[in-house]
Amino acid sequence: MPTTITMPQLGETVTEGTVAQWLKKPGDSVEKYEAFVEVSTDKVNAEVPAPVSGVIRELIVKEGETVPTGAPIAIIDEVGAAAQTPAPHGSASPSEQVANLAAEANHQASDEPVPGGNVGLSSTTFTAPSLANGNGSAVVANGFVAASAAPGGLRVSPAVRRLAREHRIDLARVHGSGEGGRITANDILAAAKAGPSAGVAATISADNAVYTAPAPPSAPAAPAPSPAGGGRATYAQARPGDLIPLTQARKIIAQRMVESKHTAPHAWTMVEVDVTNVWKWRTCEKDAFERENGVKLTLLPFFVRAAVEALAQFPLMNASFTEEGIRVHAEVNIGLAIAADGNLIVPVIRNADRLSIKGLAIAAGALIDKARRGKLGADDLAAGTFTVNNTGANGSVLSAPILVPGQTGIVTTEAIVKRPVVRDDDAIVVRSMMNVCLSLDHRVVDGAVASGFLSDLKRRLEAMGPSGSL
Amino acid sequence: MATTAAAGPQSTTGTSVMTNVEAVRSTLHDALVRDDRVLIMGEDVGARGNVFLITKGFLDEFGPQRVVDTPLAEASIIGVAIGMAMEGLRPIAEIQFADFIYPAFNQIVGEAAKTRYRSNGDYTCPLVIRTPYGGGVRGALSHSVSIEALFYHVPGLTILAPSTPADIKGLLNAAIECPDPVLFLEHKKTYRSVKGEVPAGYYTIPIGKADVKKTGTQVTVVSYGYNLHQALDAANRLEGEGVSVEVIDLRSIRPMDKTTILESVRKTRKLLIVHEDNKFGGIGAEISAMVAEEALFDLDAPIRRLCGPDVPAMGYALTLEDEFMISTDAMVEAMRSLAAF
Amino acid sequence: MAKTTTARERRELERGDLTDEQLVAMLRNMLLQRQLDNRGFQLNRQGKIPFALGSEGHEGVQAGAAMAFVRGKDVLVPYYRDLGLALGVGMTPYEILSSLFARVTDRSGGRQFPNHYTNHDKGVLSISSIIAGHCTHAVGVAAAFKYRGESGRAVLCTTGEGATSQGEWHESVNYAAVHQLPIVFLVENNEWAISTPQNMQMRVANVADKAPGYGLPSSVCDGFEPIATYKAMREALDRARSGGGPSIVEAKCYRFLSHSTDDDDRTYRSREIIEEQRKMDPVPRFEQLLIDAGVIDAERAKALRQEVLRETNEATDAAEAQAYPTPQSLYDNVVAGDYHPWQEFS
Repeated sequence: MPTTITMPQLGETVTEGTVAQWLKKPGDSVEKYEAFVEVSTDKVNAEVPAPVSGVIRELIVKEGETVPTGAPIAIIDEVGAAAQTPAPHGSASPSEQVANLAAEANHQASDEPVPGGNVGLSSTTFTAPSLANGNGSAVVANGFVAASAAPGGLRVSPAVRRLAREHRIDLARVHGSGEGGRITANDILAAAKAGPSAGVAATISADNAVYTAPAPPSAPAAPAPSPAGGGRATYAQARPGDLIPLTQARKIIAQRMVESKHTAPHAWTMVEVDVTNVWKWRTCEKDAFERENGVKLTLLPFFVRAAVEALAQFPLMNASFTEEGIRVHAEVNIGLAIAADGNLIVPVIRNADRLSIKGLAIAAGALIDKARRGKLGADDLAAGTFTVNNTGANGSVLSAPILVPGQTGIVTTEAIVKRPVVRDDDAIVVRSMMNVCLSLDHRVVDGAVASGFLSDLKRRLEAMGPSGSL
Repeated sequence: MATTAAAGPQSTTGTSVMTNVEAVRSTLHDALVRDDRVLIMGEDVGARGNVFLITKGFLDEFGPQRVVDTPLAEASIIGVAIGMAMEGLRPIAEIQFADFIYPAFNQIVGEAAKTRYRSNGDYTCPLVIRTPYGGGVRGALSHSVSIEALFYHVPGLTILAPSTPADIKGLLNAAIECPDPVLFLEHKKTYRSVKGEVPAGYYTIPIGKADVKKTGTQVTVVSYGYNLHQALDAANRLEGEGVSVEVIDLRSIRPMDKTTILESVRKTRKLLIVHEDNKFGGIGAEISAMVAEEALFDLDAPIRRLCGPDVPAMGYALTLEDEFMISTDAMVEAMRSLAAF
Repeated sequence: MAKTTTARERRELERGDLTDEQLVAMLRNMLLQRQLDNRGFQLNRQGKIPFALGSEGHEGVQAGAAMAFVRGKDVLVPYYRDLGLALGVGMTPYEILSSLFARVTDRSGGRQFPNHYTNHDKGVLSISSIIAGHCTHAVGVAAAFKYRGESGRAVLCTTGEGATSQGEWHESVNYAAVHQLPIVFLVENNEWAISTPQNMQMRVANVADKAPGYGLPSSVCDGFEPIATYKAMREALDRARSGGGPSIVEAKCYRFLSHSTDDDDRTYRSREIIEEQRKMDPVPRFEQLLIDAGVIDAERAKALRQEVLRETNEATDAAEAQAYPTPQSLYDNVVAGDYHPWQEFS
């Protein structure tokens, strides 16, 4: 059977070789280890012994020709029952193997943005910097503790940063007892004992405003219970065996969730939306949009635009059940469900139906920014009439959301997944598909209205494309 | 300046008080008695009994085969000891002053450290190299250097630097037992100035394990050698001011105790490393890197290193020696300011 | 063509106390050394191994020295050109080729450069690439023999003539002399340390001329003559084994090839001189000597060569088929136990 002989590497730094002289011609027989060609490199001249016994079939390279190391130079038809000497593990040199592994690792890192928008703040919570990804750059953590707002622009130590976040202390309100007024770790621990910062307290009372209207707010926010002993069980870093004390916000959320479920009979429905075109549109516009407006362009504003248009056609979805009757709201105030530090917050875009896609993007961006900085006010959280939740940011494809008490509908945008889809002409095509789920208050509307609303929303969203205007 | 060393492992049949040099001597003596394979070799270790009198009388007691006066040739002192170790003996080779170790660098780093590795375990090298190091004794340029930074970088070597008599005994015994080469560093300024209780009987201390010589809550100080005792003095002084300093005696330079250091740093959040050796590339650099890698979010202040200046050696004149050596006052100041940071 | 020989001719062989079997064993050792040597170069030229280092010209020295070595008692501390000695004290072609191919079956686990033999069972000490770095170890082993009061054992420490310039060779010989240790320093003087000729390595005409400076006996022998080498080595090793102390034996030979596959000796020495020396090639000469003396006939000589080729081929194929050491094995045997410099204690 024919064996191809390649140019050997004669010397550690040699990369090519020249056939100085063939010692055999086609048809000649050759023994294993017999010299059959003379090769010269810039380091050394040598006779190369044949690796197998047989007959020379072909001389590929001419005398005087230079080829790279590893290039084929001759073919020998092996003769005899000599066992094929197996190639050593991996025909690549060790450094090649290492280079191949590194190349594989780099291919796995992806630059594509996560489809489905970036409404959820969970992707930007404070994480420890990871020091080794494929190309060696460090991922910078996006802490949203107001460290930079510390008085005098003082830097804070890593321990202070971490402790402040764990105990939800606003650094702006801590007096530094360290050198030069520096905030020390002990300062944070002392502040934690004293009670939560004003920023957090504002959030909690704002929660109260949303969830307890029309009932008057309950007792003022109680200080978060100090962690037991040195254990410091926190919601953010829950470990098996922990007993995590309930914060005020958590108590309120729990209360409202139970109220919602026990009051409104929840029904649920879903549609699949082909967002290929609208995603394309978004992708086209996003860089310029960000540059001009300083705000990210996600899928959210497109979706909300479709939603408010659909709500205009199905006003019963923008209503509240009361004993006196179904109150159909005059304003369309879209709440955006956001997870912040283990709590659910729903800031509201007022009169969202009056805003273009661009306007919605800017309004949503402003609210999310405020939420990140802990600066949402009561106004930001009040008077929502319909709610949107981007559950897809975490990869969900189906959700059964719980209604905000007093609202008739809450809709989710699930993860955008590329799926094979059968067209009307029976062709199978790959489209970006996003499920949209709707929980509805069955006292106010039935399936027909709800599905009608969803279908209308779907139709509008699918009709959006690069030819539209923001 | 004498300090009472922290109690070592549990006493067996009582303890006795001795200096660091006496701890070396008695441990060597007991090893020669206990194990036929053990022998001592080096310059002037026989008839002279070692320039610090560590082996005084050993030649008479054990004979010239077991206490060997070698020619004045450091490479062969270590090289021949390596051959003996490869052949199954347990030689304890002495380099008279650490400053003289450089001719043996090839044998220590190129040969001893690699014996097990290059033979894939076919041969081992259970060799102990003992040498006095460090300054503050008017030893000038060639009798005062610290060498741990040159060697602790080398895989295959174990570097020990105990500071108290009880630790010296336990770690020297562990070094003799160790199946791989050990560089055993003795700070010469502590030979006679440090006294402590030493448990009777045979014991070893785990190689690699550091020791908290004083607990505290506000600052962690990591040190070894003569500095360790100064650090304890400084910490005790600061107790009186209401500043609580924890002092860790490294004892083992390679391997080094990650657990003890991190536990302490996570508690106090502030780290001061003190070593007499030059700062640049000294062992404080490795400790700093490890702590930054593993406990960054526990640090409430930058890691501080109080170290020897980056000059080749301390001079003979007292003014030059004092400028090089770290004073206890300087340690007090460093600890105090770090606590207040 | 076979010649009948008379008893007188047999006596003229000056075989000393060597029997026919021993003489044939020496020849076989030389043939095997030459064959394995060539195989290393062939594999390198085939691109299968990155490095080979030859010992052509040393076959006589090493067969003679090996024959004087007592297996199971003596210890060999070789240098990297001692293929023949390694074979002569009991290492196998398979071990040699495992080392060339850097396979997991190599005693060092594929870690060592080729020709850095190690075999504790056969009394071959592990060495590094540092010239003369092994000499003090050899002295240490001899010191251990004396320490334990073991007679009848000696250490054979070999170097080229270049190594005798190293301070550590000097320190080793000095130490051994002062303490009268059971060791023989065999210097295989092949006249070249890579490109440095002997007269740029030392002022004396013979390495052995240095011996009186240490208070040591010495001898010079013709390294191209296996029997003469054997006699010189036997005398020196017997002296060491019986408590007579160390000595230096210098065996004159010649390095026919370049230093290694990474060296091109055409840059520093002439082909004519090498050809002259080649006329004294110990391998064909010893073969002819034994044929002439009636110890073997031409048929037997040919059979020996074929046997040795077959053995080499089998060992080559067998070694090449083995696996490389796993990447994970890099971390083994740094020290006994955990190799990590940072230790964690619970």
